Amino acid sequence: MKYIDEYRDTELGKNLIKRIAEISKRPVKLMEFCGGHTVSILKHGIRQLLPSSIEMLSGPGCPVCVTPVADIDKAIALARRPETIITTFGDMIRVPGSKSALQKEKADGADVRIVYSTRDAIEIARQNPLKSVVFIGVGFETTAPTVAASVMQAMNEGLTNYHILSLHKLCPPVMKALLLSHEINLDGIICPGHVCAITGARPFEFIAREHNIAAAISGFEPLDILLAVEMLVNQIESGRHAVENAYPRVVHEDGNRHAIDIMAEVFEPSSSCWRGIGVIPESGLRVKDKYRAFDAEKVFEIEQPVSKENPACICGDILRGVKGPYDCKLFGAACDPGHPVGPCMVSAEGTCSAYYLYGGENE
Amino acid sequence: MNDKVLMAHGSGGRLSHDLIEKYLMPYLANPVLNKMDDCATIALNGRIAFTTDSYVIKPLIFPGGDIGRLAVCGTINDLATSGATAKYLSLGLIIEEGFPVADLERIMSSVSETAKEAGVLVVTGDTKVVDHGSADGIFINTSGIGVIPEGIHLSGTRAKEGDKVIITGTIGDHGVSVMAQREGLKFSVPVESDCAPLNGLVSGILSVSLNIHCLRDPTRGGLATTLNELAVQSGVGIQIYQDKIPVKDAVRGMCEILGFDPLYIANEGKMVIISAPEDADSIISALHENRYGKDAAVIGEVTSQYKGRVVLKTGLGASRIVGMLTGDLLPRIC
Amino acid sequence: MCLAIPALVKSIDGAMAQVEVGGVVRSVSILLTPEVKDGDYILLHTGYAISIIDKDEALKTLEMLQELIDLETNQV
Repeated sequence: MKYIDEYRDTELGKNLIKRIAEISKRPVKLMEFCGGHTVSILKHGIRQLLPSSIEMLSGPGCPVCVTPVADIDKAIALARRPETIITTFGDMIRVPGSKSALQKEKADGADVRIVYSTRDAIEIARQNPLKSVVFIGVGFETTAPTVAASVMQAMNEGLTNYHILSLHKLCPPVMKALLLSHEINLDGIICPGHVCAITGARPFEFIAREHNIAAAISGFEPLDILLAVEMLVNQIESGRHAVENAYPRVVHEDGNRHAIDIMAEVFEPSSSCWRGIGVIPESGLRVKDKYRAFDAEKVFEIEQPVSKENPACICGDILRGVKGPYDCKLFGAACDPGHPVGPCMVSAEGTCSAYYLYGGENE
Repeated sequence: MNDKVLMAHGSGGRLSHDLIEKYLMPYLANPVLNKMDDCATIALNGRIAFTTDSYVIKPLIFPGGDIGRLAVCGTINDLATSGATAKYLSLGLIIEEGFPVADLERIMSSVSETAKEAGVLVVTGDTKVVDHGSADGIFINTSGIGVIPEGIHLSGTRAKEGDKVIITGTIGDHGVSVMAQREGLKFSVPVESDCAPLNGLVSGILSVSLNIHCLRDPTRGGLATTLNELAVQSGVGIQIYQDKIPVKDAVRGMCEILGFDPLYIANEGKMVIISAPEDADSIISALHENRYGKDAAVIGEVTSQYKGRVVLKTGLGASRIVGMLTGDLLPRIC
Repeated sequence: MCLAIPALVKSIDGAMAQVEVGGVVRSVSILLTPEVKDGDYILLHTGYAISIIDKDEALKTLEMLQELIDLETNQV
């Protein structure tokens, strides 16, 4: 498959690994921010192949994982409303809320449907004019424009039964918060390539400018990630700090202007709570007033129970890179993909799920 | 007669007989079934293999097959994993009130054709009709009986260090072709279900090798789950190689788009074969001669390391564990 | 949610395009990449094209990686 297979070339990959081993002298801590990177790194065995001088930490870039229990409970409350169809990406349905999960609600009779695209949710709204269709909007800057586009489409069509529950979050603010907390001392960050496809590199320049940390924007194939690691190690060894683009075929300097504009048309930044981290100002997206008719939070009175998290779950620490899955007592015991306690285990991009499925020879 | 199945068709009376006479018997008729006794009486010598399976797939009709073909293949293939010569099937139908008769006929026609292809007879059956909403159109149960030839002892416990692991063709075809039909996933995928009766293929390889240790069909949960089961049952490790696993482009494409791994996707016309290494070549040659084994390949071997686990060597040369499927990746596909 | 895949644009019809990945075809929205043309490769994410792949940059990256190998072999 074009533009995928070439970036999985094993000869080029092995060579890149050799090169990284040659240039990497001092021990460094690199964070792969994005859950998709964690999965790719583990799936292709990149962790094992990198020299021991490089320690890889997983970050909070898993939108499902950082959704607080209270928001899951909101979605569940909506699912329990009569004449309501919940449409959602697949990941969300198994994430445990305080007492239930969307999948459980579905088993109890709620109309919860997994869709591949908001376009499919719009179609469901068209076909069910007497029901309210709510799309659970989860995702970072990669996904938010697609959800915004669906809201604009609903407005253009006069589709009054389509709504979204915006649980969208933004990457640069949480990265800033993490770096400012000084909980972990990073030498480099692998930046999320598909988020940057939308935003461009500029919103991430603070990493190098204000924190003197190396940064490289990476794609998701093995060669992309290895190239990003090579760039980071190069920067670190030569004392440079910049946001380099290891994914120029997809990430263009100014990002995707149309996507940014559409996102800004429908959404505005708002305070948002990140699981395991807390409230970060201007780190989430809420629906603008102009589109309030499509905002599930404004249109429906969402009855919400007091939400609580499982105290034994350390997903928060894992999301901040402070602990790893193997540090968790529940990992692989009480918590596995079949019976997830926390979101890191149930999301396809969750750190714990990735370690569980692809963990490598860590036994 | 009506063009829809009614509750009355399940009542056991006149209409039930009509249903059976008109829409089932024409496709299934054979000397045993024609007797219309409450049970079939058959004579068999030797070790008997006996299996049962229920089919609740949605949608009922998919590229490359339908629930009828699936119901026959699934049970025949389960019998085949013991090396048995499949002989007889039972057919239990639970039909939802309002189910179109035309669909019922289509499904029965598939059952008939597939049974003929496999050389088995449907000798007994049962039909019930349930309220509208109590079944997804139709549920089917088939049980199968076969005779295991002398000298054949296949078991999931028999894999040994050094054995070769063979897959009889491309993986993920069935699951992907069914998934693409799901409402809300409007993909046009040039892949058909691989749903096929493999008893002929299995007898072919059993005739070229006396050193086949295990046979299993990687259905729900995919190749990864099946290999894990075998690794645990035999108390061995299984090492497979990413580059050797045959996958169709369209299956890869669909998996890339949806974030799935072909290793976990159901197959309905494939076998995993574990055999002594010296017979691997002749088994592959025999498979390539069979219409259902054209893409057969050796994908790995049994080791004494990683006991009870399956390890995949990636293209880059790293090894990683391949776990069982946990949770429900996909909707009902078989 | 970072899951996005390169797909070939086979035809365009208003705000939608038919794209193909490994033989799999789907109709996707090009609202976010209105300047796309037939024959372009786009990055497909949840039914939308979110970026147009720069073929020259793609080639440059591969060439650079290949050069690294040639460098290695020359040094040996």
